[in-house]
Amino acid sequence: MKNNVNNKAIICEKLTKQFGDFKAVDQISFDVNQGEIFGFLGANGAGKTTAMRMLCGLSFPTSGKASVAGFDVYRQQEKIKASIGYMSQKFSLYENLTVSENIEFYGGVYGLSRSEIKTRGEEMISKLGLGNEAKKLVGELPLGWKQKLSFSVAIFHKPKIVFLDEPTGGVDPLTRRQFWDLIYEAASNGITVFVTTHYMDEAEYCNRISVMVDGRVEALDSPANLKNNYNTHSMDEVFYQLARRARRTGD
Amino acid sequence: MKVLGFILQKEFRQIFRDKTILAIMFALPTIQLIILPIAANFEVKNVNVAVVDYDRSSYSQKLINKIASSGYFRMVGNTISYHDALKLIEKNDADIMLEIPQGFERNLVREGRQQLNMSVDAINGTKSSIGSGYLTAVLADFNKELDVNVKSVNSSAFTQSLRIDITYTDWFNPRREYKYYMVPGILVLLLTLIGGFITALNIVREKEIGTIEQINVTPIKKWEFILGKLIPFWIVGIIVFTVGLIVMYVVYGIFPKGSIAVLYLFAAVYLVALLGFGLLISTISNSQLQAMFVAFFFMMIFMLMSGFFTSIDSMPDWARKFSYLTPVTHFIAVVRLIVLKGSGFWQVKTELLYLSGFALLLNGCAILNYRKTS
Repeated sequence: MKNNVNNKAIICEKLTKQFGDFKAVDQISFDVNQGEIFGFLGANGAGKTTAMRMLCGLSFPTSGKASVAGFDVYRQQEKIKASIGYMSQKFSLYENLTVSENIEFYGGVYGLSRSEIKTRGEEMISKLGLGNEAKKLVGELPLGWKQKLSFSVAIFHKPKIVFLDEPTGGVDPLTRRQFWDLIYEAASNGITVFVTTHYMDEAEYCNRISVMVDGRVEALDSPANLKNNYNTHSMDEVFYQLARRARRTGD
Repeated sequence: MKVLGFILQKEFRQIFRDKTILAIMFALPTIQLIILPIAANFEVKNVNVAVVDYDRSSYSQKLINKIASSGYFRMVGNTISYHDALKLIEKNDADIMLEIPQGFERNLVREGRQQLNMSVDAINGTKSSIGSGYLTAVLADFNKELDVNVKSVNSSAFTQSLRIDITYTDWFNPRREYKYYMVPGILVLLLTLIGGFITALNIVREKEIGTIEQINVTPIKKWEFILGKLIPFWIVGIIVFTVGLIVMYVVYGIFPKGSIAVLYLFAAVYLVALLGFGLLISTISNSQLQAMFVAFFFMMIFMLMSGFFTSIDSMPDWARKFSYLTPVTHFIAVVRLIVLKGSGFWQVKTELLYLSGFALLLNGCAILNYRKTS
């Protein structure tokens, strides 16, 4: 396993999370390559967020093995946390801090120096075109801008892997496109992107995607191969065919 | 250490940006400290007395005048029948009814004795017992004058009985003013509310918004996060305490008799204990509403068991033991001792042990209970 660590960002083997009798995540196994954009699909309640939380070191797995950035999810959670970025479903920058104050805080928390924060922060703000908004409270920004900012903050400390949990929920198509430009740019800089989404057009942007149904990974391949395997031209159709097998009701 | 600096910077920015929180922290305590001691007053004044005077003699008039001029009583209708006076008590217009029977003066002069009837509305136990106590004292005084003026004339001068004269001095609060007891207590209470509630609500708020998850996924160390939350509110608490001491001096003229340094030492340790309590609540609550109710539940117990309103010594044994298990009890006791009695460090050092114990215990539990990974 040691050898694989070098070229795999994430390795998952029979990873399981059980709440009482309920298996939220049921023996999932997959690898994610370094620099890859990995789409993590599934209906509501399929167990995506639970799986992601285990990989981010926010929750203990019940059984199985997994390593993220070469660190074990049972014992080295804090090391995992230092090498990943995370953008949760909920918007989680501080709304009562300004754009630059948020950048400063999260940069500082990840151990960047004040001078690094200053130069990189200015760079980032100008790239996002937020020059005029840098002194505004984040709560006053429109949702699309918030999400772009949130993503940029998540990769501000140059993590090895970034986890995105439905980053574009509720965002307009134009902003979604811009958002994915940011993702591509991050990936080209060598950051591995692990992203969940409900938009099938976004799924097509991924190098590989997995589809979770009832806590299990039911399909895992590139979008083109998946469409071939399921004899269809659209990812929508692939998703319908898989998700229809679900016994659980979504939330 | 560097990370802690960033956290503190963020916390202070948020605290000073939130005008409501600022007002809650500084304006409310000041206003409360000015208003509460005046209202929360256990001194019994203005006891309403209805005198039913069936005798209508110069003696009975003298007695009534004596009662009226004592300063504690308000006379309500004294030319009525027993029946009317009873109605006054039923309507809550009178607290005590004093019945002077017919033949009061005659019996006193001829036989040297006469009984009076005092009926007391005892719903408010304190008021009734203190009120009737006052009235009894006034009667006893009247009695003594009678001894000189009437009885000694009638009987022989040799029968004067042996008696012990008692003189007394009131220490630390010479005029027995309730505010000296109350104001330091209220100061402690305000500090407790602010320290206990604001930390709990602050952290739970981060849970509600979801930012705590973002924090948990960073490599922040547990102690950095907790200190980052405790230090700002500790400073706020010390400022509130200082503001309170100033109000206490300016408005009530109470200046600590003992050492201010010792007072601050206790306040510092007490705040750490209290913030730990708030932190502990925040680790077990998921919403501000929950945190509010849990904190309120304990605050009620703290307030009523801490000896703030009532004397701990008159509690039943189990309650007294229980009351030692709340940090508020110890801090209220110490503040009263230092502010009013001028006690020095060596006289109150046991309390410091108690408070340090609470600080360690509460913070320890909170740290154990706070998990970055669930």
